[in-house]
Amino acid sequence: MTGGAILRASVVVFVAAMLQAVIVSSLVIGGGAPDLLLVVVIALGLLRGSIAGAVLGFAGGLVVDLLTLGTLGVTSLVLTLAGFWAGRYMETTGRGRRLAPVLAVGVITVLAGVFGFVLHYLLGVEVVARHALLTALAPTLLLNLLLALPVYALVRASVREPERLDRSPGVEALV
Amino acid sequence: MLLSLVLITLSFRSGEDGQLSGVQSAGATVLKPFAVGFERLAQPFRDTYEWADSLLTARSEADRLRAENRELRQRAFQSEFALQENEYLRGLQDYIDGPRFPDDFQPVSAEVISRPAGAFTQAIVIAAGSRNGIRVDDPVVNADGLVGRVTRVASRTARIQLLTDQGAAVSAIDLRTRAEGIVRHARGTRETLVLDRVRKQDVIKRGDDVVTAGWRASGLSSLYPKGIPIGDVSSVGQTDTDLFQQVQVDPYVDFGSLDAVLVLVPTERRRP
Repeated sequence: MTGGAILRASVVVFVAAMLQAVIVSSLVIGGGAPDLLLVVVIALGLLRGSIAGAVLGFAGGLVVDLLTLGTLGVTSLVLTLAGFWAGRYMETTGRGRRLAPVLAVGVITVLAGVFGFVLHYLLGVEVVARHALLTALAPTLLLNLLLALPVYALVRASVREPERLDRSPGVEALV
Repeated sequence: MLLSLVLITLSFRSGEDGQLSGVQSAGATVLKPFAVGFERLAQPFRDTYEWADSLLTARSEADRLRAENRELRQRAFQSEFALQENEYLRGLQDYIDGPRFPDDFQPVSAEVISRPAGAFTQAIVIAAGSRNGIRVDDPVVNADGLVGRVTRVASRTARIQLLTDQGAAVSAIDLRTRAEGIVRHARGTRETLVLDRVRKQDVIKRGDDVVTAGWRASGLSSLYPKGIPIGDVSSVGQTDTDLFQQVQVDPYVDFGSLDAVLVLVPTERRRP
């Protein structure tokens, strides 16, 4: 990744984290809210690979944890793994699949929900399993799936590397 | 991943006054202007959505409010009479009272800058902190009733645990019968509360008002002053096997659309 691409990806993650914490998490539809930041991190993982996905996921999670005064590192850990998994999927079996973003968002939303529930349980937070894993997760999954393709397209347009102009269009024989 | 685990461990073990709280407070302070900016940007859209939503229910809401207004007018006369009688009786004896809402508190009004993230916590972050006199465990209200309590404080922001959080519990009474219980979140639903531990012999009725009890016993006292409205009883049930009644409470506060709240700072603390 070039310096410009890293900067653009960082801005995308920061804006997504702020939108998630300030606006999107309050848009409760059918008992659950979309997780825009998770979808953005998955999109970045798919586009930029596992390492970049993990680092950007960590950064996005840290912003949310700092802003919401939550336990530092919890959201970071979930999003680090989400970004890494998305990147590994694209580096291995997902390459060339048109519906890879939808599939990745679907699977990772469920895994992140279950992992988040276990993590909060281990930290002693009182969470009702039925609410966390069914009532809230089902609508979140549906909303994330709806967001998957538009957000993927938007993120791809935002972090796309500019075409290099110094490339030679063909081979010239010099005599 | 290792860094995340280290952060979780340090944050979890160090608590409110630990090594990381200063870092988190500084981070929250840096991010606050961005959060306020995003909140301001989102407000017109939020207002438009709420306006459109209110149009759909305007007629039925107006009918309900007219009926409620008639009932409240009658209650106001009764309350005025009871208040005068109460003042007279207090004057007859040397009565020492606990902190009362709102007289013994100075409210700090603050904008909500962040809302609950995910299904795991029901919390909000407000744009006021220790610089405004806010401390952990201060009660938080809005115009409709009890919102929750302060659980973490940074210099310019504070985290509020909502009454709908799984970990929240408030001692409360039924205003009509004085039946005591504990208001906590109803399992499985997002914004319904239950009045737990109400004895079977107490006759609770649908529509009864539930307010904070504000008890004091053996040197301990409730975090919440007495008399803060919480909600009204939406259903009452009991089975032969249960020790207590099952009382559902519909909260007065709309936890989904909190824009601003009041943190109740004790007047004694604000006094120089």
